[in-house]
Amino acid sequence: MARRITFMQAINEALAQEMERDETVVVFGEDNAGGAGAPGEDDAWGGVMGVTKGLYGKYPGRVLDTPISESAFVGAAAGAAASGLRPVAELMFVDFFGVCMDQIYNQAAKFRYMFGGKAVTPMVIRTMFGAGIRAAAQHSQSLYPIFTHIPGLKVVVPSNPYDAKGLMIASIRDDDPVIFFENKVLYSVEGDVPEESYEIPLGEAEYVREGDDVTIVAIGRMVSMAEQAADALEDEGVECEIVDPRTTSPLDEEAIYESVENTGRLVVVDESNPRCSLASDIAALVAQNCFDHLKAAPRMVTAPHTPPPFSPALEDLYVPDPERVAAAVRETLGTSDRARA
Amino acid sequence: MTEVASPQELSKEDLLDAYRTMRTIREFEERLHTEFATGEIPGFVHLYAGEEAIATGVISHLGADDYVASTHRGHGHAIAKGCDVKGMMKEIYGKAEGLCHGKGGSMHIADLDKGMLGANGIVGGGPPLVCGAGLSAKVRGTNQVAVSFTGDGGSNQGTTLESMNLASVWNLPVVFVIENNGYAEATSTNFSVKGIDIAKRADGFGIPGVTVDGHDFFAVHEAAGEAIRRAREGGGPSLIECKVNRYFGHFEGDAQTYRAENEVENLRCEKDCLDNFRRRVASAGLIDEGELDRIDEEVKQLINEAVEEAKAAPDPKADDLLTDVYVSY
Amino acid sequence: MSTVQITRLSMPKWGLSMTEGTVVQWLVEEGTILEQGDEVIEVESEKINNAVESPAPGVLRRQVAKEGDVVPVGGLLGVIADAEVPDSEIDAFVEEFEATFVPEEEEAAGPEPEKVEIGGKSIQYLKMGESDATPLVLIHGFGGDINIWVFNQETLSTERPVYALDLPGHGGSVKDVGSGDLDSFAGIVAGFLDAMGIEKAHLAGHSMGGAVAAAIAIQHPERVASVTLIASAGLGEEINSDYIEGFIAANRRREMKRVLGTLFANPDLVTRQLVNDVLAYKRLDGVDEALRAVADSLFPDGKQANVLDISRIQAPVLVIWGDKDEVVPASHAQNASSGAKVETIENAGHSVQMEAAGKVNRLISGFLDEAES
Repeated sequence: MARRITFMQAINEALAQEMERDETVVVFGEDNAGGAGAPGEDDAWGGVMGVTKGLYGKYPGRVLDTPISESAFVGAAAGAAASGLRPVAELMFVDFFGVCMDQIYNQAAKFRYMFGGKAVTPMVIRTMFGAGIRAAAQHSQSLYPIFTHIPGLKVVVPSNPYDAKGLMIASIRDDDPVIFFENKVLYSVEGDVPEESYEIPLGEAEYVREGDDVTIVAIGRMVSMAEQAADALEDEGVECEIVDPRTTSPLDEEAIYESVENTGRLVVVDESNPRCSLASDIAALVAQNCFDHLKAAPRMVTAPHTPPPFSPALEDLYVPDPERVAAAVRETLGTSDRARA
Repeated sequence: MTEVASPQELSKEDLLDAYRTMRTIREFEERLHTEFATGEIPGFVHLYAGEEAIATGVISHLGADDYVASTHRGHGHAIAKGCDVKGMMKEIYGKAEGLCHGKGGSMHIADLDKGMLGANGIVGGGPPLVCGAGLSAKVRGTNQVAVSFTGDGGSNQGTTLESMNLASVWNLPVVFVIENNGYAEATSTNFSVKGIDIAKRADGFGIPGVTVDGHDFFAVHEAAGEAIRRAREGGGPSLIECKVNRYFGHFEGDAQTYRAENEVENLRCEKDCLDNFRRRVASAGLIDEGELDRIDEEVKQLINEAVEEAKAAPDPKADDLLTDVYVSY
Repeated sequence: MSTVQITRLSMPKWGLSMTEGTVVQWLVEEGTILEQGDEVIEVESEKINNAVESPAPGVLRRQVAKEGDVVPVGGLLGVIADAEVPDSEIDAFVEEFEATFVPEEEEAAGPEPEKVEIGGKSIQYLKMGESDATPLVLIHGFGGDINIWVFNQETLSTERPVYALDLPGHGGSVKDVGSGDLDSFAGIVAGFLDAMGIEKAHLAGHSMGGAVAAAIAIQHPERVASVTLIASAGLGEEINSDYIEGFIAANRRREMKRVLGTLFANPDLVTRQLVNDVLAYKRLDGVDEALRAVADSLFPDGKQANVLDISRIQAPVLVIWGDKDEVVPASHAQNASSGAKVETIENAGHSVQMEAAGKVNRLISGFLDEAES
């Protein structure tokens, strides 16, 4: 039965249920067990934000703290996955991928291909992303496009608690390496989540809202920005269809095309930087595959081509907001009006 | 380094197996050296000739379900771990019937069914992987052991140092073997490793570290036996530095002008691991040299067949380009 | 203080979690003369769009809510009054309502689903209504749950306690269905009666749930006061196996919307919430296996495995069918025994208890009163 819990609780519950169901599921990362070896209480932290809190008490042998050695423990996740475990490793902030990317994209992502299809690497890397908590340039980026680029990886970017739980369970059960992006601003967002275990298949978009005028493809936290924009536009008589891809690799291209073929207009809302982003990728795919249906040029709403700034005055300008989304929607409508005139 | 370890510790069968493994690696690599010069082998290969005693001495303690992570110079580890020699040769020739269906090549030879987690094109790529395999053994409650081989170049990678610490922190059944062959590509360890012996770095992580003569199968075998036994018994990780030399360049085609004149010729005369092995078992009266000669002939025949079959084997098909990226997508 | 009769047409509460509804369209013009029970306005609720019926005879004097408006439960949709009532009175009525209306709290306390162990299986149920009258127990069909009764349970509970339960493999109940055959479901419902301390109950079942109700009535005649079979299985061999297999296979929104459309004469009634809820249920661990096992057991080879002899039911039987049923043919109603009361509702599909809820509720209510008299 469903009840309201937070995005963070949903992920914690998914981890707990999968650890209960499958003894090969292990969880590790910095402070994940809560700060082992310290004189105070066990399970003090559960990761820097507390996502894994409570797991150590239930599964002490399978929840491990790590030294601050991302290369070693992310690589260990790859090695463990290739030798019979289903590890869930926490890369605290995705901004830290620079110190361990080799283990992700040269090792885990490539085992299956390099080894002629004989390897399975069922690992999940949980990682926080996104701006909005004044954490500045090295703790606020939205780097999922970089991972989406890599063959062999799957990339999950949930937008709400229900999806977060179902996608995490699906990610743990998946036999390929999955990078699971958790927007830190969403952790406290509540939603209806069933108590039972369930899977949301990777590669299946959700139509968050249906409408005939404009397709808004929005990723992660940007889904709520798109919904707010759609609410405002509804008052202007504009019906937006919002597509949440939920996973950027695999990307549910068909769901996007189906929507754009109906609406003829596309706005992509992506918190990452604009060049080689999901926004540019989806806009290009739509241009290539739905050109004849388009009534206006696709528009991208993204962060600017800058690092995330620190000052609240600047950071608030950095993240796409509902006003920018609505403005982009109006532009697609305006352009089409001129085209018809 | 004196020859303290003794051949008498091993059964005749084990000795013959070890000799056959070393000879197979040597023959495989010498032949690749010859064949590479014809231009028929794609890409580049890094040959293990001269270092056979290390792979053989360590891996002879491992069972099929123990794990090995290797390096770009990985043919020897793969052969010692039981990978199919003909499948390896086909892989190096890029053929569909290769061990990795022609997708990996020399630098990525792997066979997970044999516990071979792969050669690795990234220097220092292997140590984190064996931490994972060791964790797997520990969590699943098996007594499996995971061994990484890393060169002196890789010994300077952060991954290797991080992994020694992590393995110590998690008390993993892992052995780190450093094959110090004196050169990281063209850069000498005289330049790149400062201070103390690599083995002494183990002290910093609170794990045992020893240095052995990597040309001496019996010395490697003895040191590895102790480290692997400790790992199996829950005593945690160890570091073994094997001082050794390679007979060929960093990769085939390397003119090795950074080496001294006659350096390799002198090594082949004075330090060859196969000569050392033959001399030791013969002087101990354990094995008739004729038996070893017969193994040499059989190995030669095997490698001949492997090369002929690899040359004749079919290439992968165009459709194979797109397969084996994901289990499901 | 007005002495004339003015009746308000309010936003109904269909289901526990409904807090507001969206006006889809008015079905009649202002000035139309209405009978009680006439469909006046179509409202989008959580599950399907449904028509709000006129609560009293009179003239639709005012369409207060406009199409597209979101109105809280209890909010004013329109005003019904005699033709003689002056417009000024209607204006005053609307004004006063708007000045005084307070929407229900979002988390208003109401009956919540509960769980009970039956033969080691956790079963979810929802009880509405408290009285000493013989209770009514509602049994859903294949892939359904207590929510299929969202338009019926509360209305019917004004006269007697009404229980709805989730069969194993369904809703919030245990997902392990065991053999998943008719007798196992009948056993669960019989066990449910015991657990609730119900000696004798009226049973109403939809589709597969009808067959379950009929099986209990045949096996335990002493426990059953009456049986209402709604678009029931068990009365013939034919069944739309495309629906059964489509329901099992569908895991994407558009596919599921199409499949669920099969249940209604007007497929446009299916809301995104209904599709969402069914998909969420189907994603739960064990549901795929449960549905497969039930389908294999009850509907093997595209046919119904259990055709029951309804004439063996001693209690009164009411059979209700929508004439546009695309899942179980409405012609099966003719297979009911001669003593059964058969009602066919026009322009309704398989989920007739949702699509023509008002009519079905009146039929059941009248039938139960009759059965008890």
